[in-house]
Amino acid sequence: MRFLLIEDNQALANAVIDRLCLDGHIVDHSSDLETAWDFTSTAEYDLILLDIMLPDGDGRTFLKKHRNAKSRTPVIVLTARSEVSDRVGILDLGADDYMIKPIDYSELEARCRAVLRRQTGQARNAINFGEVEFDSLAGSLKIKDKRVKLRTKELRLFEVFINSPDQIFPKSQLLDRLFPYEVEASENAIEVYVGRLRKHLSGSNVSITTVRGLGYKLEIL
Amino acid sequence: MTHPNVRGSIRQRLLVMLLLSAAGIAILLYAVVQSVAKQVVQESQDNILAASALSILDSARVIQGEISIDLPYSSLSMLDSVIDERAFYSVRLNDEFLSGYEDLPRIANLSDVTEFQSASYLGEGIRVASTRRSFTTVDGQVYLEISVAQTLTGLNKSITRISQISLAIGFGFFVLSVLAAVVIARSTTKPLHLLTRSVSRRGPSDLRPVAAPVPTEMAPLVVSLNNLMKRLQNSLSRSEDFIAEAAHRLRTPMAIVRTQAEVTLMRIEKEENRQAIREMIRAIDETSRTAGQLLDHAMVSFRTDSLMKETIKLDELIVDAVHRVSPISELRDVEIELQTLDKVVLAGDPILIQNAVQNVLDNAIKYTDADTTITVSLVRGTEFAEISICDRGSGFEKNEIIHLLKRFERGKNASGVVGSGLGLTIVDEIMRAHDGTVSLQNNKGHGACVILSFPL
Repeated sequence: MRFLLIEDNQALANAVIDRLCLDGHIVDHSSDLETAWDFTSTAEYDLILLDIMLPDGDGRTFLKKHRNAKSRTPVIVLTARSEVSDRVGILDLGADDYMIKPIDYSELEARCRAVLRRQTGQARNAINFGEVEFDSLAGSLKIKDKRVKLRTKELRLFEVFINSPDQIFPKSQLLDRLFPYEVEASENAIEVYVGRLRKHLSGSNVSITTVRGLGYKLEIL
Repeated sequence: MTHPNVRGSIRQRLLVMLLLSAAGIAILLYAVVQSVAKQVVQESQDNILAASALSILDSARVIQGEISIDLPYSSLSMLDSVIDERAFYSVRLNDEFLSGYEDLPRIANLSDVTEFQSASYLGEGIRVASTRRSFTTVDGQVYLEISVAQTLTGLNKSITRISQISLAIGFGFFVLSVLAAVVIARSTTKPLHLLTRSVSRRGPSDLRPVAAPVPTEMAPLVVSLNNLMKRLQNSLSRSEDFIAEAAHRLRTPMAIVRTQAEVTLMRIEKEENRQAIREMIRAIDETSRTAGQLLDHAMVSFRTDSLMKETIKLDELIVDAVHRVSPISELRDVEIELQTLDKVVLAGDPILIQNAVQNVLDNAIKYTDADTTITVSLVRGTEFAEISICDRGSGFEKNEIIHLLKRFERGKNASGVVGSGLGLTIVDEIMRAHDGTVSLQNNKGHGACVILSFPL
């Protein structure tokens, strides 16, 4: 996905860009409203991440202008301010959602998905791999005209695999991607979800194979 | 709402004072009219008596050195014009009785001026006028003394009639004054009512100065009211700004650390290092949640102190809150099911109630087992509206329930889950501010139920 990040704190912006790139996203960054306007008028974004306190104005003015310009690109506001009195205003001004810093990236991903799913008329966001068509927004797998709906954890696990096919993922890394850090989960849980995905994939030429001692990888047989 | 210490009413006081003074003036008016009338009537009687006496005196002639009086008929007839009125007279020459009623009371030390006296004669009150004149006769200088008297029947009749009229005037004046007093009292308090209405009709966060026109006397009140509102607004925005600023200062660096840690975690291989960073991230999450809850707690205390109520559609608020947490619940493959959702409208602070519902929902998502369903319902009873949020986790420990609403208390089952121990305290404070209650229960099967109940 292509993100526009509007954030004036350089250190935070760098970290967020690094983090989102690791998930295979493309991120443009602007640290003020002026540049942000230049970006939005020249490129199409799937999603805008907007900070509220900016050097040349309030993020809310951006929101207002953005909505008046009838742009359909959803906006998720990243706020560090007290969530309380602000948030009503933020949503009223046309933000699609908001998150409080520090951001939990799996939550951000979930919110992005929810926001994009809400948008009507959005083009299918499908990835083809072997005989499998994967639609991350709908959360479904299509194998030879048979459509399977994935549960959230299965979906997220498959997303990790399909973004880097043939790459070997150790269990511990998958664990970190799948479970919030606050939950103590064992590596057995990964085996359970890999098992479920394998069941869904059976009958196609795509499979998740075990690389002994290293982890799992997605490949076309 | 606090009730003011009410003592007396301007309108009542004004009315009572106006009525008392109207009554006083009416009585005074009656007394003055009465006494002036009496005096006037008395004077006119005296004038008639004097005229009568003088006309008798005028008829006296000295003929060939002898005094002769021809008592004119008209002199006495003008005195008994009123029915029942009786007239008397006496004529004396040098203290020697000549004619009339001998025992008619006399005025001692008579001079040349006509004099008057009230007296009693034949069992009736009378008014006597006496006058004398000197004549020169053959016997030398003599004094002719004439006394004319009249009963008081006519005088009393006039006085009674005048009393009745003055009583009517006094009463009429009083009645008009009462009407005027009511109108005055109402129009005097009208600007106060207008001011009250213009202030009480405002929305909960409208702290603009009062612009309605007021009379001069009320200007100082309005000025100090406006100053008070300005101060209130200042302190409100200062506190909210402070909380917002504190949050900003805390959260931005934490966001940097957390993101960097996550990026690092994804890049390094060695398991011990990965474990260390995982623990770091968990600690940051814990810190940021505690900081968030502390700020929320400060905000909640601040807002409950000056609770501003608005009309809230509770059912819509719950749908919004569920909508808002659904991405988080999806992450855990937890479903949120809205069961009964009665329409409930109540007065409260929407931001606070939203915060309470959100806190309970966050808890349910945190503590429920993966792949389970949280049920949310809003039931409208006769006296209460109850929101119940039930999860399918391990539930509360029976003996811990009473402690969980205290600050920084966390259940035994909470270990391993990030939390501050402030969530339920915040919920409890919000519910108290709305005269409601939080109750913690265990589900029949398993799991915990939190019930927020609002009085209707």
